[in-house]
Amino acid sequence: MPIRTEPVTINLGPQHPSTHGVFRLRVTFDGEEVIDLEPVFGYLHRGTEKLAEERTYTQIVTLTDRLDYESAMSNNLGYVTALEKLGGIEVPERAMYLRVISVELQRIASHLVFTGFFLQELGTFVTMLMYCFRERERILDLFEMLCGARITVSYMRPGGLTQDAPSDFWPALNDFLEDMPGYIDELEELITRNEIVLSRTRDVGVLDPEVAIDASISGPILRASGVQWDLRKADPYEIYSEMDFEIPIGATGDCFDRYIVRLQEMRESVKIIKQCVDKIPDGTVKTDGAFFMRPPEGDAYGCVEAPRGELGFYIVSDGGISPYRCKIRSPSFINTTMLRDMIVGGKMSDLIVIFGSLAVNMGEVDR
Amino acid sequence: MELGFRNIHAFVSGILPDGLEWIAFSISGIFLALVVINALVGVAALYTWFERRVLGRFQSRLGPNRWGPFGLLQPLADIIKLITKEDISPNSADRIVSTLAPIALLVPAFLVFAIIPFGTNSFLGDLNVGVLFIMGVTGMNTFGIFMGGWGSRNKYAMLGAMRGVAMLVSYEVPMALALAGAVLLAGSLSLSGIVASQTLPFLIVQPLGFLVFIIAASAEMSRAPFDMIEAESELTGGYHTEFSGIKFAIFQLAEFMAPLVTAAILTVVFLGGSRGPDLIPGQVWFILKALAATFLLLWIRATWPRLRVDQIMGFAWKGLFPLALLNIFLIAAEIQFFQSGGIEPIGVSTLLIMSGINWLVTGIAIYILANVLGQPSLQPKKPVPSPLANMYAEAE
Repeated sequence: MPIRTEPVTINLGPQHPSTHGVFRLRVTFDGEEVIDLEPVFGYLHRGTEKLAEERTYTQIVTLTDRLDYESAMSNNLGYVTALEKLGGIEVPERAMYLRVISVELQRIASHLVFTGFFLQELGTFVTMLMYCFRERERILDLFEMLCGARITVSYMRPGGLTQDAPSDFWPALNDFLEDMPGYIDELEELITRNEIVLSRTRDVGVLDPEVAIDASISGPILRASGVQWDLRKADPYEIYSEMDFEIPIGATGDCFDRYIVRLQEMRESVKIIKQCVDKIPDGTVKTDGAFFMRPPEGDAYGCVEAPRGELGFYIVSDGGISPYRCKIRSPSFINTTMLRDMIVGGKMSDLIVIFGSLAVNMGEVDR
Repeated sequence: MELGFRNIHAFVSGILPDGLEWIAFSISGIFLALVVINALVGVAALYTWFERRVLGRFQSRLGPNRWGPFGLLQPLADIIKLITKEDISPNSADRIVSTLAPIALLVPAFLVFAIIPFGTNSFLGDLNVGVLFIMGVTGMNTFGIFMGGWGSRNKYAMLGAMRGVAMLVSYEVPMALALAGAVLLAGSLSLSGIVASQTLPFLIVQPLGFLVFIIAASAEMSRAPFDMIEAESELTGGYHTEFSGIKFAIFQLAEFMAPLVTAAILTVVFLGGSRGPDLIPGQVWFILKALAATFLLLWIRATWPRLRVDQIMGFAWKGLFPLALLNIFLIAAEIQFFQSGGIEPIGVSTLLIMSGINWLVTGIAIYILANVLGQPSLQPKKPVPSPLANMYAEAE
């Protein structure tokens, strides 16, 4: 006797444990298999781009903190890079080194959050999450020393930083750099060779390099597909051209590669910070300028390699104290465009793992 | 005075007039059942504290430590919270089924304890078909899970329940076969018979059976790495998504009873039950062994990720089922060879020889199976930069 079956449509989200914020996926299942999927955005829309038109140029720094709240430093840097291009502002060398140190620390913190939540979605009951957050906590302590805040840092200003690092920052940073490679080794021992992790993530959600480039995907997801593309090398900003580091890439572009690429990036970040600590010159970290900046009329696009990919700010100035338009190219939003193609045909558990491997941050998707 | 059925029965029938034997019989039976059930609920509450503390240690955090010494009163606080919460059920839910679901899940857990021999003479009943009873009763929790999923009219719950039925039914097969090995060795289906025959714990004699049983049992109680019935990161809560208040509390109680039941069966069948050096009483030995077993289960839970649905089913039929069959075949062949027709219990020296063979075969079998089932494609490949945007190639 044939059994009558019909597909079931489930709304995954907006309230769901694995949606990284408020994200909604309208998924049609045939049993356990995903046959259709439609992402629905907009539940965390706060109008950042519009708000930016109402703020002065310096105030907008605080808005960028809240875009991708797991990597506020990188957002700050992306914004001030664009603004410094627009206004033609010179940055003192010490400030550039400190910027690179804080941004790379932020990259490690962000990738730790990714690793923890990725394993959480694979089903390790909070264990890896706590391990990763233990290490991230030390980075946040370092940020607290730098600027008094831990998550929404607002550390950077057009033309420099808010303040120089205090004297006790350097020994703390050196301690952290001593310990971090050991932490990463520990994570690698616990996760990388685990048979269950491998069988859940290998050949799941494969993204071909051609498709990834066509969809303008950036960051670790692009590199996991085997494309060696990193703005820090391709279009060096700040002092990255003086730094010696590798760009790790993946072999197949599956979920496992996305994890392993991020893990290796953490090692590279530690390397970069060590070089910065060795080379950092003395001097000032800020330039004198009017509080109400008035950049000349025109437009500029500045982009940095944020932990999630290419983060770009396109600022149009009409000569006033606030931008005429501030467009944000957020990596998370563009990286989710291939979601449907990666997931359809997989199982429900694959859906969660693939979505987790993209490390989408909803604050950035709904600007 | 020893607290036993006979003593209570004698006491009650002493104060009752003649001809009312049945009342004395029921009163003593109900009294003992009450004692055991209440003790179990208390132990389960304490166990939640133990589980959360141990998990906390595994996860580099503290666990509950606010209420009472070492947070020991935390279970009480949780129970009060859960009981005083409003009992919400969806409009379109099947009221009768969803109300019965928590009970259908909890009762089998209690029933199993009716025949567990905590000590040489401490048990509620000693069934001569104890192992069959265990298999039958633990199989019942499939109904509880499916009723919960079906009755709450929620798609997540339904998905969880569907997964649950498929998984629980499959894993019952290797579990029963693993127990069959112990039954063959003991020559008895009664649990106290199995305990009595363990001059050497069956964990040492048949490691393969122990391994299959502990894996199948963690699937039966849907714990990591087989926790896809609840799968918090996928199904939010699985079959109990829509339950709140006292119903949810009963679900949780049943869930925390599951490792206790498993640990008790494990202790009786594989760890020698209440047997042990006479320094401490058998009941204490039983509790210590059961605690060690729960700790092992917790260890697994704290460290392993979840398998996918198809992988779980494949593992049951392609991995555990052949291993369990091999175990039975091995034990049967050894008994045929060493015992040569007699019915006297197997001696310790014979058991030691058997365990030697069994450990060897276990090692070989697992090695072969891992290589057959293991996927070479899982091994890391060497990354080759794509020529599409290889800036180094361009630079050179």
